[in-house]
Amino acid sequence: MEQSVKIKNQQKISLESIPILQKEEFLDFAEKGVNSSLRVCFMFGMDKEKLVRIFLGLADDINSIIYLTSTYFKKGESYPSLTLKHPSFNYFEREIFEEFGIEPSGHPFLKGIRFPLGQKQMNQYKFYDVNSNEIHQVAVGPVHAGVIEPGHFRFLCDGEKILHLEIQLGYQHRGIEDLFIQKDIKDKIQLAESIAGDTVIGHGYAYIQLLESLFDVETKRKTLIERAIMLELERIAVHIGDIGAIANDVAYMLGNSVCGANRTYVINTSLSICGSRFGRGFLNIGKNNYSIDSEKRELIKKNLSKVRKNVEQLCEEMFDLSSVVSRFEGTGIVTEDDVKKCGFVGMVARSSGVKLDVRENHPFGAYKMYPIYSLFMKNGDVFSRAYLRYLEIQQSINFIDEVLDILDKDENHSDTKFNFKEEKNVFVVSMIEGWRGEIVHILVVDENGNKRYKVKDPSFTNWFALALAVRGFGISDFPLCNKSFNLSYSGNDL
Amino acid sequence: MLGQIKISLNQGRQYIKDIKNAKVDRNFRGFPLIKKDSIDFVEEICPTDALNSKPLRIDLSKCIFCGKCERILGKDVIEFTNEHRIYADNPEKMIISKCFDYKEFEMNSVIVDKELKKFFKNSLKLRNVSAGGCNGCELELNACTNVNFDMGRFGIDIVASPRHADGLVITGPITENMAKPLEETFDAIPEPKIIILMGTCATSGGVFKNSPKIIRDFLKDKKVHLYIPGCPVHPLTLINGILKLIGR
Repeated sequence: MEQSVKIKNQQKISLESIPILQKEEFLDFAEKGVNSSLRVCFMFGMDKEKLVRIFLGLADDINSIIYLTSTYFKKGESYPSLTLKHPSFNYFEREIFEEFGIEPSGHPFLKGIRFPLGQKQMNQYKFYDVNSNEIHQVAVGPVHAGVIEPGHFRFLCDGEKILHLEIQLGYQHRGIEDLFIQKDIKDKIQLAESIAGDTVIGHGYAYIQLLESLFDVETKRKTLIERAIMLELERIAVHIGDIGAIANDVAYMLGNSVCGANRTYVINTSLSICGSRFGRGFLNIGKNNYSIDSEKRELIKKNLSKVRKNVEQLCEEMFDLSSVVSRFEGTGIVTEDDVKKCGFVGMVARSSGVKLDVRENHPFGAYKMYPIYSLFMKNGDVFSRAYLRYLEIQQSINFIDEVLDILDKDENHSDTKFNFKEEKNVFVVSMIEGWRGEIVHILVVDENGNKRYKVKDPSFTNWFALALAVRGFGISDFPLCNKSFNLSYSGNDL
Repeated sequence: MLGQIKISLNQGRQYIKDIKNAKVDRNFRGFPLIKKDSIDFVEEICPTDALNSKPLRIDLSKCIFCGKCERILGKDVIEFTNEHRIYADNPEKMIISKCFDYKEFEMNSVIVDKELKKFFKNSLKLRNVSAGGCNGCELELNACTNVNFDMGRFGIDIVASPRHADGLVITGPITENMAKPLEETFDAIPEPKIIILMGTCATSGGVFKNSPKIIRDFLKDKKVHLYIPGCPVHPLTLINGILKLIGR
């Protein structure tokens, strides 16, 4: 029997076709896979009374394949940690440890991620510490000095210099994965849209795409193009907002004001399309709730050409301004090596020279017909992350312009017909490139109809990139670094 | 330098002049009109159980304005208008039935407290605590201070320290892990202080209300001054709500 089964994005396979390996075989497969440059895409457990079935997906991004395999662990047992050899397993092993008590022995730093059992358990945890009179600790959060989500940051500093940063999240944990499997799985779009408020379309799309694979729904080209437009609008809006926030942190107030105003143009376009500034209520199974007719097409074109002009004018000025650039360049570096070792995804990977984009590597929806080629920067510093955003804004506007013309020729279509038949013994995977990076939604239904819904936000892996980026830099650079990543607390905490 | 001035001139004036009478896009889902007395089986439709069938009613403090009921039942039963100024000082005022139109709702949605008006009319500093939720309402709260909405012109500001604040804006459904930090932040605010619940998650738990990880004990014995539903709340809704609360 093969050690794994090959699947693709948006694929539904029967649970029986996924191999069940022995524990040693499984660990060996995982290690060898990552050795031969596969990327850990997901690893999670599903409760089976005293046992836990662990699913592992290793992605071959060049050939658009995911190697899927599984094994059984007993609750409370331990196994030799994979993190020691491959740091990209770090968060996944910690998550499984927290949920099922399966301990990766020898894990260099084993602690919970979300503390689902509440504050008491959270408070018991000791932070990483150095026994020295020279080193001091700085504790920030969970309530921050601003309108931000809660999270705790613990710095170990030598004077102004950050030696180590530990990020403890979990304050936003609201049990989303369990809510998905309560009652009817097909009525959860509002929940999917609330996983991360800035990635409404990203997570909503991943959920809808999963359902369409599950129920074998055929989707028309027009529907797919409309979704791609909304996904790119979301990307443009957040990227503009982020450039503004980064400018704000280096006291370039003009940048903040201009970006604030132009972000409003973009999200108000989305308001005109579907009645919500963040695209809520747009998506539905089979056919979107709102269609982009000729009037809306004109509006999108008009607004985006205005936004493009304004953003280009600002960015050309800003990225040429020595007072701004001197703060951006060489600050908060994530190296290409870090990205590959730790399995960072999305924008963070691309700004360090690793081409990783679900739209290109595991194409879905409209991107199969109208490909988008991922852009990347080399240096991995704040400048790269800010400038990559500027490039991606332009790319997305070009993409929308291109597909809007195609949409013009598409006739309005009748509703797609499908029936919701609850199936057992299935495994469905759905991947989307949200503006932060790779979003993975997975549904497993076993032979008894028990369900497991797994969500992986790009922030889940990428928070560690922030911890690495600030090492060796002044603590005053932290806000700037943090904004340049703009990771999601709620997407991580679920 | 010349470039900077050029950009400024090109942007022109961005602020909304008349915040109180500004209208939002006609596609916006705001105040719902109910056109029938009762209908059969609606409990399954609403994802947050805001809908009641006999008599037909919507509890706005639970409504996330997703528009699902309008799509399924049709516009001749429920129609969402683009009226965005939805807020009340008591959740009971937010139960909407057939005979209600917006004017009637608006008339006594918020009763101005003389004390509050005296203290906060010209200056109100608020501290936000994000207690769970999805970051949507936080984004909109941030947008209130941007160049378009510019809440600061009314003397309403978001401050960093609870010691400097006159009140608390709570976003999110209040998760188990945030219950204590929220309590501590509230205690750190000097009297007199107000509580504003921003977003449907805060007013009722929203889409997360059935999760065991949500613990809303904090609200049990506290006076809440303003309930603002929305998913997320539009910046104009929040600013108008606060203005009404402080009697401006």
